[in-house]
Amino acid sequence: MSRIWETPGGVHPPENKQQSMTHSIGHLPLPATLVIPLHQHIGAPAKVGVTVGQTVLKGQKLTDASNLNNLPVHASSSGTVIAIDDRPVAHPSGLNALCVTIASDGKDQWIEHAGISDFRQCDPHNLLQMITEAGIAGMGGAGFPAAIKLSPSNDKPVDTLIINATECEPYITADDAAMQEKTQDLIQGIEIVGHILNNPSRVLVGIENNKPQAIKVLRSHIKERSIEVVSFPAKYPSGGEKQLIYILTGREVPSGGLPSDLGMVCLNIGTLIAIKRAIIDGEPLISRITTVTGEACGVNRNYEVLIGTPISHLLAHNEFDERNCSRLIMGGPMMGFSLTSTEVPVVKTTNCILAPSYSEIPSDLPAQACIRCGLCAEACPASLLPQQLFWYAQAKDQERLEAHNLFDCIECGACSYVCPSNIPLVQHYRSSKGEIRKANIDKIDSDNARQRFEFRKLRLEQADEQRQVKREARRLATEQARATNSSAQSGSSAADIIAAAQQRAMTKQSTPEQQKAKFERALLAAESRLEEAENRLTEATAHGTTEQQAICSASLESARQKVDQTQNRLKELSD
Amino acid sequence: MAFKQISSPHGHNPQNTGWIMQLVLLSTVPGFLALSYQFGWGSFINLIVAVVTSLTAETAILVFRNRPIAFYLKDYSAVVTAVLLALALPPLVPWWVVVVGSLFSIVIAKQLYGGLGYNPFNPAMVGYVVLLISFPIEMTTWITPLSLLPDGVNHPGLWESISVVFAGNTPVDGVTGATPLDIFKHSSGLVVDQIYQNEALFSQASFAGVGWEWVNVGFLIGGLILLKTGIFTWHGPLAMLGTLALMSILFWDGGSSESPGSPIMHLFSGASMMGAFFILTDPVSSAVSNRGRLIYGALIGLLVYVIRAWGNYPDAMAFAVLLANFAAPFIDNYTLPRTYGHTDRRKATEKQEEE
Repeated sequence: MSRIWETPGGVHPPENKQQSMTHSIGHLPLPATLVIPLHQHIGAPAKVGVTVGQTVLKGQKLTDASNLNNLPVHASSSGTVIAIDDRPVAHPSGLNALCVTIASDGKDQWIEHAGISDFRQCDPHNLLQMITEAGIAGMGGAGFPAAIKLSPSNDKPVDTLIINATECEPYITADDAAMQEKTQDLIQGIEIVGHILNNPSRVLVGIENNKPQAIKVLRSHIKERSIEVVSFPAKYPSGGEKQLIYILTGREVPSGGLPSDLGMVCLNIGTLIAIKRAIIDGEPLISRITTVTGEACGVNRNYEVLIGTPISHLLAHNEFDERNCSRLIMGGPMMGFSLTSTEVPVVKTTNCILAPSYSEIPSDLPAQACIRCGLCAEACPASLLPQQLFWYAQAKDQERLEAHNLFDCIECGACSYVCPSNIPLVQHYRSSKGEIRKANIDKIDSDNARQRFEFRKLRLEQADEQRQVKREARRLATEQARATNSSAQSGSSAADIIAAAQQRAMTKQSTPEQQKAKFERALLAAESRLEEAENRLTEATAHGTTEQQAICSASLESARQKVDQTQNRLKELSD
Repeated sequence: MAFKQISSPHGHNPQNTGWIMQLVLLSTVPGFLALSYQFGWGSFINLIVAVVTSLTAETAILVFRNRPIAFYLKDYSAVVTAVLLALALPPLVPWWVVVVGSLFSIVIAKQLYGGLGYNPFNPAMVGYVVLLISFPIEMTTWITPLSLLPDGVNHPGLWESISVVFAGNTPVDGVTGATPLDIFKHSSGLVVDQIYQNEALFSQASFAGVGWEWVNVGFLIGGLILLKTGIFTWHGPLAMLGTLALMSILFWDGGSSESPGSPIMHLFSGASMMGAFFILTDPVSSAVSNRGRLIYGALIGLLVYVIRAWGNYPDAMAFAVLLANFAAPFIDNYTLPRTYGHTDRRKATEKQEEE
C-alpha cells in the first residue's frame, strides 16, 4: 500500500452522489438533431471538412486534416449536415461558436472502421496518431488533447502514470459508474497508455474512499503488479491534477510547469476508455458518460450520451421540471458553469448536467464585508491568502496580486464556498487574471509599436545622414570642377558651364560599356518586377476580387512591356 | 427558456459572518459570568449601556452613509465590539464613561474608517485606550472580589448598582480595591513571598489571584470553545500566552523585590486570557497568515509584559494590541505562506521582473 500525503486546505461540501448511482448507465433514444461544436479542446479548432447537405455516417470526420493541436470532431450518428453556423455552446462566456448540425436519419449507421488487435506490436507514434485522429481530448474538464499529454516534449522520461479516478466534485458519478461498468475497457486503456509511455515503473489509480464499490471492482480486476489502486479520504478538490499528484507522490508540480516536468502523466477515466475504443475498436470519440442529476430532474442517473446531443433532449427524458430549477449547470456545483439555454449540446468534457431545485442550491446571498477571518486561507488547497488577493483584486493592484501568486490559483472555488460573508472570491480572481493577461498583451503590443516607431526613426535618420553625405560629396565635386574650370578658362560664362555639362553628359553616354551595363541592370530589375506581378496576379485570381485581378493583370502587362523595351535597347546597343 | 448565468461555485456552506459573531458573543458568557460573580452587577450594566450606545451609533452612521441598516446590523459586529469593551471596563464605572467609549469605538475607530472590515485598529481597544487616558481615576477603580469583602459588606445589588452608575452615588466603603497587577506595580520594596503573605488577594487565592484567576479561567474556557469551532486558529493566542509566560519566566528573578511576578500570576491576571482569545483574534486588525499571526501574537505578549513590568500602567493589553495593529500590515508583507509549486515563500513587496 502506497503512502499518501495530505494536501492543505480543502472543503467537504455535501457529496450528493448516491442519487445518480441507483441505476446503471442508461442509453437515450437518438436525438433528431446533433449539434457538434468544432472547438471542444484546448488548442485551435480544425477547419470544417463537410458541406451543408452532405450525408455523413456515424464516426465520420467532420473536419479537415488534424494534428496534435487541432483535434478533429466526428459525426456521432449518421444523417445529413443541415447547418454549419454559430450556435450557443457550453462555455462560461455564454457566447456562440461554430457548430456542424446534423439531422440524424435514425439508422445510426457506422462508417467503416477497424481497430488494432495487438497494440503491443504497434509503434507508439502510430498509436498517438490514432488517438489524435479519434479526437480524444482530456475528458475530466479542461479538454487538453490526450496525444500531447502522452508525448511529453522534454527529455524527461515518464516514470509514473497517474489515473485520476478521484471525482471529487459533488453530484458527479460518471467516472464512478464507468469504473464499475466498463472496467475491462478502462484496464485495456491503461495498458495501451502504458505501452505508449514505454511502461512507466509506477501506475497509480488515485480514488477517493467514498467510492468503495469502484475500488473493489478495480482491485479485483487489476492483475498487473505495477498498477496500484490508492484510495484516500474524500476532500474537495483532491481531484485537481496538482493536488492528486501531491496526494499520491508527495511531489508538487512546479508553478507554471506541467506534470511531465516531474516525469508524470495524469489521465482521467473517461479519456482512458476513449483511448481503448480508439485503438482496439477504431472508434472515434463520439459519446461519453454524463451524469444527469439534481432535484429538478425526476430521474437521476448516468447516461452514455452522443456528443452533440442537446441538453434539452437529456432533460426531456429525465422528467425535468423547469419551474423548480434554480439554475442549469454543466459540470459540478463547485467548478461547473451555468447554461443559459437548454439547446446547448453535450461536448467531450461534459461530465455532468446538474439541475438543482431552489431549495437545493438557492440564489446567492448579497456579499457582506470581508472581515479577514481567514477561513478562505484555511480552505485554499494552494496555500494562497485569498483574503489578501481579494483586497488587491478590488484595488486592481496587479503587482501585489502577482506577488501573492494569483496565477497559482486553480479556481476550485473552495474560498468562495466557505466565505462567511458570501464574497464571490474566485470570481474576483478570474476577472483579475483576465485583466492581467489583457494588460500583458497590451504591454507586448505597445512595446512592439514602440520598437517599430524607434526603428523607423532610426532608419529615417540614417537615410537623412546618407543623403547629407552624398550632398556634401556632390558639393565638393562641383566646387572642385568649378575650380578646375575657372583655372582653365577664367571668366567663363554660364553658356560655357552648360556646354561643359553637355560635354560631360555626352562623354558619359558615349561610353558603350557603361551604357550596356546600365541597360543590363534595368533589364534585371524589370524582369524581377515582372515575376512579382505574375505572383500577385496568381494570388488575386485565387482570393481577390475582380477589380484586384484587373489591376494586377494591367501591372503585369506594363512590366512585360518594360522588359521587351529594355531587351530591344540592349540589342540595339550590341548591334 | 433562459436560465440565469451565475459563476461557480454554486452553493455555499451555511456559515455566515453574523453567525460567527454570535458564536463569539456566546463564548464570552463564561468570562461574563465569572466577572459578575466576582464583582457584582457592574459588568451587566456596562454591557447594556455599551450595546445600546453602539447599536444606536451604528444605526445613525449607517443612516448618514445611506446604507441598508438591517443588513449591516445583522452582522452583529457592533454588538461584539460593545460587549468586548463592556467586559474590559471596570464594573460600576459611571455610565457616561461607557457611552463615550462605545461612541468612540463605533464612530471613530470603526465607521469613519469605512465600517466592518476596514478598521486598521481594534475598535474596542481604541475606545478603551481613549477612556484610560481621558478618565484615569474612573478607569482604574476596581471592585473588591466577592470573597475578600469585609464582613457585613456586600456588592451593591442591581438597583443600588444602577444608582451608582447613573446617579453618581458612591458605593459603600471597602467595595473598591486593588488588582493583583496593581499590587505588583506598587510594592516594589517587598520580595514576592512577602507580597503573597501580606496581600489577601494572593494569600487567599487558589493559584493566581483572588477573583481574577476565575475571570481569566472563564475567558480561557470561552476561547477554547471558539478554537474548537475553528473561528480562529491557535497561532495568535498561543504565541501571545507563550511569549508572556516566557518573559515572566526569564524575568522572574527568583521572587526578589524587583521581580514583576510569576508566570501563573501574569497568565491569569488582568486581561491576559480575554486579550489572547477575544481581542487579538479580531481578524480585521490582525495579521493574516498563520506565520504572521504567530509573530503578531508574540509581539503582543512581549509588549504586554514589557509595559506591565517596566511601564507606567499595571495592565497593557489595549496598548499592546494597538501597537501590534500598527505592525500587522508590515508583518503581512513578509509572512506569505509558501504556495503549492513554489520552492520559496515570496514577499508581498516583490516587484515584477522587468524584462
